[in-house]
Amino acid sequence: MKPAVLTGEYFMTGDVACAEGALAAGCRFFGGYPITPATEIAERMAIRLPHVDGCFIQMEDEIAAMAAILGASWGGVKSMTATSGPGFSLMMENIGLGICTETPCVVVNVQRGGPSTGLPTHGAQSDMMQARWGSHGDYEIIAMAPSSPQEIFYLTITAFNLSEKYRLPVLIMTDEIIGHMSEKVIIPEAKLIKTVSRPKPKGRKDRFKPFAPGPNGVAPMPAAGEGYNLHITGLTHDEKGYPVMAVETQAEMMARITEKIQRNLDDIIRTDSYLLEDAEIAVVSYGISARTSMAAVAEARKLGIKAGLLRLVTIWPFPEDQIRKLADRVKGFVTVEINLGQIHREVERCAGGKVPVFLVGHPGGTIIHPDSVVKMLKEAF
Amino acid sequence: MQDIPTPSKKQPCHPLDDLIRTDRIPHIWCPGCGIGTVFSACLAALKGSGINLRKTVMVSGIGCSGRAAGYVKLDSFHTTHGRAIPFATGLKLANPELNIVVFSGDGDLFAIGGNHFIHAARRNMDMTVICVNNLNYGMTGGQVAATTPHLAKSTTTPIGNPETPFNLPLMAYACGATYVARWTMLHIRDLTDSITEAICKKGFSFIEALSPCPVNYGRRNKQKPLDMLRLYQEKAIIKNHADPSTLDIDFEKGIILGKFIDLDRPTFIEQYDKIYRPSRLQENVSELNS
Repeated sequence: MKPAVLTGEYFMTGDVACAEGALAAGCRFFGGYPITPATEIAERMAIRLPHVDGCFIQMEDEIAAMAAILGASWGGVKSMTATSGPGFSLMMENIGLGICTETPCVVVNVQRGGPSTGLPTHGAQSDMMQARWGSHGDYEIIAMAPSSPQEIFYLTITAFNLSEKYRLPVLIMTDEIIGHMSEKVIIPEAKLIKTVSRPKPKGRKDRFKPFAPGPNGVAPMPAAGEGYNLHITGLTHDEKGYPVMAVETQAEMMARITEKIQRNLDDIIRTDSYLLEDAEIAVVSYGISARTSMAAVAEARKLGIKAGLLRLVTIWPFPEDQIRKLADRVKGFVTVEINLGQIHREVERCAGGKVPVFLVGHPGGTIIHPDSVVKMLKEAF
Repeated sequence: MQDIPTPSKKQPCHPLDDLIRTDRIPHIWCPGCGIGTVFSACLAALKGSGINLRKTVMVSGIGCSGRAAGYVKLDSFHTTHGRAIPFATGLKLANPELNIVVFSGDGDLFAIGGNHFIHAARRNMDMTVICVNNLNYGMTGGQVAATTPHLAKSTTTPIGNPETPFNLPLMAYACGATYVARWTMLHIRDLTDSITEAICKKGFSFIEALSPCPVNYGRRNKQKPLDMLRLYQEKAIIKNHADPSTLDIDFEKGIILGKFIDLDRPTFIEQYDKIYRPSRLQENVSELNS
C-alpha cells in the first residue's frame, strides 16, 4: 500500500492532477474507456488505484463505464469516470440513472472540439449545455470548471464532497488545454484535506426509506449487502424506492431531486473575481478562458477601461444571483468561452435586458487570445 | 401507495414469500407468461443454495423480465436498458463479497446489452446471468428481437422475420462463460438445479430459460397459450454437454436443453488481485487459515 495523498510539490498535467485529487478525495473505483484528451486520467488511475486497495477497470465502452461507477457507488465505494465529448454523449443515459437514483459519483469531461468526433486533440468548452441538459428529463446537476491543474486537484475533491453530500453525479467540465498543460501542483498533507462521505442510515433497517429526504433534502445512503433490502430503480419511485406510475409521485420525486440543489445554492455555488469591485464592464468566463479573460482585464485596465472578471467555478447550478446583482451596476457584460455562446445565453438571461451582453467566442480548437477580449472591451463600450 | 396487510400466521404463505416484496404484488406479468415461473425457480435456487442472501443482489435491465428486481426481497437494482451487467460489474468490484444475479430478458441482454454480455463473459466476471428468452420484445407489444426465429411474425416483421436469431449458449461459450445451460420454464426442477449450481459456482455463469409470451408472440404466430408449452414438452431434447454450435433453436427438429459448459478458469477479480493487489490475496489466505 502507498499513500493516497502524495503530499509534495509537482510539475503535473491537469489530467494527472485530477486523478490525484480523486484519490485524495477517497475515490477507490474508476471505470474508464480511452478517449483523447482524457485518457491520462484513466492511465494514472490504473497505476495508482491498486496502490490504495482500489480497483480500476477499463470497460467496453463509455455506457458501461458510467453504469459500472453507479454500481460501484451502490457497492459502497466512491467512484468516478473520465471522458471527452463523444464518450460524454454515451454516458448521458446512465448519468440520468444516477440522478434519478440519487447516486453519488464524479464524471470528468475533458472537452475537445465537437460535434461528433470533432477535434480529438484540440480543446473547446462546447459541452457546457450538454452538461446541463444532456440526459433526458428535467433535473438539476452540479458542474464545475477548473482553470488550472492546481485547481482541478482541489475541485475534484470538492466534486466528490458535493456528490456525497447531495447524492448525485457531479461533473468536472475541464478542457484539453487544462488537461494537457503542465503546471506546478501542490498536494497538501492528507490531514489538511477535508473529505465528505455519504451519511449512513441509522435505526430499523426494515423501515428505512432510501429516498426520504433528511434535513438538507438528501436521504442517507446504505450500500448493497448491508441488510436493507434496497430496491433502486430508474422508474419514477416513492421514498421507499418503489416504482409508482402516478402524477403525484412524479411531482414528489422531481421536487426531491431538484430542491436538494435549489435550496443549497449558497453551499454549492463557487465564483471567483478579479478587479470586479469597481468594474463598469463585467467579463464572465470559466475554465481556461477565465485565464484569457484575466489577462485581458489587466490589459484593459492599463488602457483605462474599468473591466473586471467574474470567474465561474460552479457552472451548474448557474450563479444567477451573482449575474443579476452585477446587471444592476455594470454597463454591460462580455462572456468569454470556447464555443458559440452557450453560457453567454445564460448571462443574457440573467442580465434580463438591463445591460448589453457581448460574446467573445470561438468554435473550438484553440485558446482565445486576450487581444480579442481587449478588442471587444474597447469597441463595444 | 396502498399498504397491503401482511398475512396473519393462519393464512397459508407461499414458501418463497420471504424472498418476495409482497407489498408489490400483483405483478405486471400477463396471464400465460413464463417469467414468473423462471423467477420462482430463481428464488428457490437462491434459497436452496445456502448462500448468504444478505450479501446477494439482483440486478435487472429493462423489459418484462427486468421487473424481477422489483419483486425480489433482496438488495435489487432495476437499471437502464441493457446495462444490468456493467452496473453489476461495478457492484461486484466495489464489494467482491456480494453474490450477483443478473435477471433480465433476451432483448435487454442480447440486443441493446449484447456488448456488455460478451465482455463480462470474456472477463469471467463472477456473476450469474439468467436470461428469460421469450423470443420477442414483450413489454413494448411484441417487436422482433435478436432471438426471434427466422420467419416468425412480430409487429415489426409483419410478414415474417428476415433475420437469423442468436444461438445464445454458443455465444456465451465463445465469449468465455464458465457455466452455460438452457432449460425451458416447463423444466422447472432442472432449471432450479442449474441456477443453484450457477450461483454456487465462481465465474461467469449463463442460463437461458425459454419462456412463452402468448399475448405478444404466440398471438401473432398461431400459437394458443398452451401450444408453446406443448412444444417445450414434445420438442425438448435433453443433451448435457452438447456441442454449443448445435444449439440453434429449431421448433421443428427439436430444442436441445441441458448443461452444456461447466469449466473453471480464474475470475477477473482473482486475476486482478494476483497481478495488481497481491496484498489483498495474502489477506484472503490469512483469513482462510485463521
